[in-house]
Amino acid sequence: MSGLATPRVRIPRTVRAGEAFEVRTLMEHPMETGLRQDGGRTVARNMLARLAITVEGKPVFEAAFRNGTAANPFHVVHLRLSRTADLVFTWTDEAGRTASTTHRVTVT
Amino acid sequence: MTTRRTFIGFIALLPLPWQAVAADDDVAAAIREATGGREPVDGGITLTLPARAENGGQVPVTVAVESPQTEALFVTAIHLVATRNPTPGIASFALTPAVARAEVTTRIRLAEDQQVIAIAELSDGTLRRAVAAARVTVGGCIS
Repeated sequence: MSGLATPRVRIPRTVRAGEAFEVRTLMEHPMETGLRQDGGRTVARNMLARLAITVEGKPVFEAAFRNGTAANPFHVVHLRLSRTADLVFTWTDEAGRTASTTHRVTVT
Repeated sequence: MTTRRTFIGFIALLPLPWQAVAADDDVAAAIREATGGREPVDGGITLTLPARAENGGQVPVTVAVESPQTEALFVTAIHLVATRNPTPGIASFALTPAVARAEVTTRIRLAEDQQVIAIAELSDGTLRRAVAAARVTVGGCIS
């Protein structure tokens, strides 16, 4: 199987220091649990394991997914920054494949 | 001779993943894993999900915890547990003070009508719990 999809992240380009801003993330993925039947066959397990958000390399938020997380995981969180930083969003599947996207947020 | 009891026993042993529901023990174990065996208190946490979800495969959920999100006191973890899915685990979130609001929105799967449990752990070691019920028109774990 090929790599993971391209993640989508909606995040402001500029924010005020210390003020909450919204981050929306969407990752296309079937999130097959290995429990589902299709035409009498069990569909093989294929799950994302986690989403990690780092600010200048420092982890600030992490999600660990289990079977109850829906396909195409969508998350909204509110972050804050004290200074301009690169935010890296990384999804990792259970086979160890990763998809990542970097967003620079400027603090004014 | 096949008595009714052995027949029922046989049926119970058949693998029926599309109908399976996690045993209460599994749900209790998932909660124990989230709480470390400590008793959470109700309040200071809100779990929002639709009272009736048309599609159990994509149910929007928001957990919001009352927390100042300062270095001194912040939410370290939020766990979501389903009571009547084939497996109880939904997701666990690890937070830091850089998360300005102790709030996470996600989308979950619900196989049937059930309760969802949210457990939050704060940096002072306290645990909070919220429970919400959802009815599901079309179950989410089979389609």
